[in-house]
Amino acid sequence: MFGKLSLSAIPLSQPIPLITSLAVMAILIGVLVLVTVKGWWPYLWKEWITSVDHKRIGVMYVLLGVVMLIRGFADAIMMRTQQAMAIGAQGYLPPEHYNQIFSAHGTIMILFGAMPLVLGFMNFLVPLQLGVRDVAFPTFNSVGFWLTASGAFLVNVSLFVGEFARTGWLPYPPLSEVGYSPGVGVDYYLWAVQISGVGTLITGINIVTTVLKMRCPGMSYLRMPVFTWTALASCLLIIAVFPILTATLAMLTLDRYLGFHFFTNDAGGSPMMFMNLIWAWGHPEVYILVLPAFGIYSEIFPTFSGKPLFGYRSMVAATLFICIVSMMVWLHHFFTMGAGPAVNTFFGIASSVIAVGTGVKIYNWIFTMYGGRVRMEVPMLWSLGFIFTFVIGGLTGVLLAIPPADFLTHNSMFLVAHFHNVIVGGVVFAIFAGLEFWFPKAFGFRLHEGLGKAAFWFAFVGFWVTFAPLYVLGLEGMTRRLQHINIEEWRPMLYVSVVGVAILIVGVVAQVAQLVVSIRDREKLRDVTGDPWDGRSLEWATPSPPPFFNFAVLPNVEGEEAYWGIKQRAIETQQMSPEPRYRPIEMPINSPVGIYTAFFASVFGFAMIWHIWWLAILALVAAFAGFVVFAWRDVHEFEVPAEEVAQADRARRASREAALARMAAAEGTPEGAGA
Amino acid sequence: MSDIPFPASAEAIRRQREDPHRLGHRGHGREPVPGAGHGQTGPASKRIIVGYGFWIFLLSDIVIFSCFFAAYAVLQGQTAGGPTARQIVDTTRVAWETTFLLASSFTCGLSFAATNAKNLLWTQVFLALTGLLGLGFVGLELQEFLELAAAGATPQRSAFLTAFYSLVGCHGLHVSVGGLWLATMMAQLQVKGFRHEIMHRLICFNLFWHALDIVWVAIFSVVYLMGSIS
Repeated sequence: MFGKLSLSAIPLSQPIPLITSLAVMAILIGVLVLVTVKGWWPYLWKEWITSVDHKRIGVMYVLLGVVMLIRGFADAIMMRTQQAMAIGAQGYLPPEHYNQIFSAHGTIMILFGAMPLVLGFMNFLVPLQLGVRDVAFPTFNSVGFWLTASGAFLVNVSLFVGEFARTGWLPYPPLSEVGYSPGVGVDYYLWAVQISGVGTLITGINIVTTVLKMRCPGMSYLRMPVFTWTALASCLLIIAVFPILTATLAMLTLDRYLGFHFFTNDAGGSPMMFMNLIWAWGHPEVYILVLPAFGIYSEIFPTFSGKPLFGYRSMVAATLFICIVSMMVWLHHFFTMGAGPAVNTFFGIASSVIAVGTGVKIYNWIFTMYGGRVRMEVPMLWSLGFIFTFVIGGLTGVLLAIPPADFLTHNSMFLVAHFHNVIVGGVVFAIFAGLEFWFPKAFGFRLHEGLGKAAFWFAFVGFWVTFAPLYVLGLEGMTRRLQHINIEEWRPMLYVSVVGVAILIVGVVAQVAQLVVSIRDREKLRDVTGDPWDGRSLEWATPSPPPFFNFAVLPNVEGEEAYWGIKQRAIETQQMSPEPRYRPIEMPINSPVGIYTAFFASVFGFAMIWHIWWLAILALVAAFAGFVVFAWRDVHEFEVPAEEVAQADRARRASREAALARMAAAEGTPEGAGA
Repeated sequence: MSDIPFPASAEAIRRQREDPHRLGHRGHGREPVPGAGHGQTGPASKRIIVGYGFWIFLLSDIVIFSCFFAAYAVLQGQTAGGPTARQIVDTTRVAWETTFLLASSFTCGLSFAATNAKNLLWTQVFLALTGLLGLGFVGLELQEFLELAAAGATPQRSAFLTAFYSLVGCHGLHVSVGGLWLATMMAQLQVKGFRHEIMHRLICFNLFWHALDIVWVAIFSVVYLMGSIS
């Protein structure tokens, strides 16, 4: 009846997961009770859960990402403390639990932390920057988000019911084959990642179609903001490589469930094929994350330098160069597995060549600041911290890309330090910079500056104190994923690293405090103009937060940096462009199909993990029935009357005109005006 | 002209020629076409967006097939003492399967010509024919799998058979799901007629069905033709 599921799957004998589970469930129940008591369900259901508004979906993506980032950080704290306590001792974590933690940490941070955050930014920003009202397929967009959430849900269920994979964040066979991993851990990994991977592909298709087919009049390719370019490149990578992940995981699933022989040791299976397939996805995946991060920096440097981006076209070229070359380097993840000198040389050179494209970008950002009026606000601090951190990470990356050197450093803490250097320094710093930068756009008020600066400094210093020692340990020969450590000489560096984690915790607390304090002081921090940073691209042309239809009339773009041009003209002439003729707008209606699909995807995944076949079939049938019902829907859009559009836009114009008047009166620094 | 408006009628041809977006017919240096989504004139029409997005999905689907092709290429010789490709290929059946599938693609195209002519009866007839031919294809494939399994050539036997069943089965699964979609479309068409979104879905279905044909040609060549001469 319940397949492999029995009461013994709940970890009653292990205090750490048990207490965590109980605490999380208590919080969850508390939140649900609060929402019910306060009567917030109708609002949540109508405005958020069933929303097909790209901005709302973007915000929900970011929320999911932040929550999972904290979960992954908790895993990281346990790993660092375990290693510091396990020098010549056992530490406090049993080995099989430790193995689950490092596997969950990698999986969560990349696939359920960084990915939703990056996809959230793309969802929120791309239509705004292109001057259009929504993405190409709004309802589909909601499905994509909820499937990602479904995957994240399954990963967290593994904490309460059963176990997670002990195989690392990529389940290498034959270790992940059923003979060596008979439990449900790998199955949790497979179904969670498979379901969320479908969601990611949906978003990829959506964004690419939006960018290629839905730009406002005049928005030619070489007028698109760089963030939109990087979102396009990143989503092209998603479309090219996420199907590889789907196919690879499907093969491993067939091996585990039906006794197939894709990757087994016996009957002719080939574990090396798994390495090639998984890294053909896995390597581009890091560029899927980092390219939009580069896009975020490319928006922040010009804004806070008061100058156009230096070398816009070379930036676009470098983005596309990285997009293509990133798919030609996957083998550097297993240089030491005996591919031979010729193959290793090719992939070594290809890997190093990426540094050229990235170098172009770094110089462009530095030259953007050169001669500009640089304002050291919080997003800029993160961006400068990024340049420093990412360049060091890039240099150690080039070292790892040289095959002979890699034979010494592969699988060591040096590698761990390197990829945290680029992913934290590159992606996570960008996310925090971007949150600070676009928070007023999404919610209508700024974040507290002092606490933001504190959060940056604690995170920056904490990051380096944590990971610099790992470089040293790696060069001293410490391999990764050690459950306990027998070499006394590594003690000092491991202790320093734990100190770094403590500083990072302070940074996280500051970050949370910043959010809480800012919400409390929101009236004081209100962004009335919609353009709090003196921005340059079209999202700043809308009020904060933007109306659900984004633009009353689609803007007409006449050059690079669309909004900057409009704003300069308004400031020069001291007047806004004449009021347009407002027309009614068609907007898509809300739909519960996203949460419906995700619900049955979760049930299906859970049933498959525990081999509850009847439930799996039932979930599939229900999901199909839901699709048919959805397809039968007659009304897809509703009309916003011209009067409502006009009303919203006149309010926007009034605030801009007021800003213009203030500026004329003060003759001071321009702080947001324009049509 | 006969009383029954045949799908490939002058009307349909006229409509194709007067494609408002002139897809593929725009010379260089001409004025930008409104609604084509080329950046100068604003967002594309819904019809173009839907077709374009679905094309991109199909490309990603073809990447999945590529992975199974790659796995087949790698594992082709790994028979672990079991049957080889040459021993399991039945050319007569594959010829029939190919005939059915290619014919279904042809009738699918005819159904779309009828759709363009807004002719419900012929659209339904050709869609039904497409479905029946597809069903015949899936039936033959099932028969092949069952026969092989009865002879002990199961996917669990060797890595080669694993790759064979997975690649061919992945295509068969697509055809089956396509059949389910087709049935749903026929019902929708009957109830709702040629509404905009139904037309868009029919465009997508056509793209899907033809793409499966292309994949089959590859499977036919790589698995069956090369298998029978190996």
